[in-house]
Amino acid sequence: MNPDYRPYHPKWHRTPIPIFWWVRKRAYLKFTARELTSLFVAYSAVLLMVHVRAAGGSEEAYERFISWLQSPLVVALHVVVFIALLCHTVTWLNLAPKAMVIRLGGRRLPDAAIVLGHYAAWLSVSGLLAWVLVGT
Amino acid sequence: MPDTVTLEVQRYRPEEETGPAWQRYEVPFRPEWMVLDALNYIKDHLDGTLSYRWACRMGVCGSCGMLVNGEPVLTCATYLEELPHGSIRVEPLRGFPVIRDLIFDLTDFLNKLKRVSPWLVRKKEQPVADGEYRQTPDQLAEYKQYSMCINCMLCYSACPIYELEPEFIGPAAIALAQRYNHDSRDEGVQARMDVLSQHDGIWACTFVGECSAVCPTNVDPAAAIQRYKLSATLDWVKSTVLPWGKR
Ligand code: SF4
Repeated sequence: MNPDYRPYHPKWHRTPIPIFWWVRKRAYLKFTARELTSLFVAYSAVLLMVHVRAAGGSEEAYERFISWLQSPLVVALHVVVFIALLCHTVTWLNLAPKAMVIRLGGRRLPDAAIVLGHYAAWLSVSGLLAWVLVGT
Repeated sequence: MPDTVTLEVQRYRPEEETGPAWQRYEVPFRPEWMVLDALNYIKDHLDGTLSYRWACRMGVCGSCGMLVNGEPVLTCATYLEELPHGSIRVEPLRGFPVIRDLIFDLTDFLNKLKRVSPWLVRKKEQPVADGEYRQTPDQLAEYKQYSMCINCMLCYSACPIYELEPEFIGPAAIALAQRYNHDSRDEGVQARMDVLSQHDGIWACTFVGECSAVCPTNVDPAAAIQRYKLSATLDWVKSTVLPWGKR
């Protein structure tokens, strides 16, 4: 409701939005859960930067970082982070055809082709990174 | 099969009450009846003071949208039989100020719609003597889906962002902007982009997606908005990042 109208129509009834609007519908809950996975994405980006920084520091500091990574609690946390990242990525890629309309030879590319293209790109980049990291 | 069904209808009579109240009506149950038929029965036989909007009874006018058991639907297209037995709750669409009973105010949407120039924008009209602007079936197919919007407001009612941030231009207005953007006869893309790339335009959308789920004519406003975001981003890349793309 546009608050601008309030002074002119004091009698119009406006239902305030409840704080727990996101549990009103299953779809809202799913949406909110997906939005929350963004926190894990942010966390893993920070973790990557810390990792790179540690790799550039002294050997002893790096060892300390690695042993922190290997502690059971951190491993458990990172399993959760990994699952959240996977959910985030898969839902993102599945939505790609909503935003993309690609035409080839005058025909609209089917949604499945766009999704598959995204998965192929994702796997290739991941494969390339894995090859660089493992290969060096 | 039950003989009757109970409708719990949200009433709001501003001259009598300070807030909405529920009223129950017992109406005959007929398998061929829509929720709108039950409301019309109430109006004709039980309580003539009940106020609501309707016109065509066939999903074209877009005026009978209400919340039925919490879901935004066209009441002329929702069978009583499809709903779970027990009482049926009917409320005005969520997100709009209620004027009376099931009638809400649309002014906010109409003002927003105007902002996106929902008409064919031409830099220069061709002379009438040159005939009509012709279009191929493929060119028509480009925007036809968006042109199916009946302004029923179900999508606004399903959108939590519109409720949380009332300045959001909203799903139908953006889908209707796309209806003209993708029309081969139109030249208003840039003007619409200038309006919709603001904070209250496409970027306010967080892609909950419920607008498309409730749309009775499959306009898919959520996709229209995401498509818009992609073109806005590509425009920005072209004009800002690529040195030769400066406007
Ligand atoms: S986009 Fe669909 S739900 Fe929204 S107003 Fe148009 S017809 Fe109704």
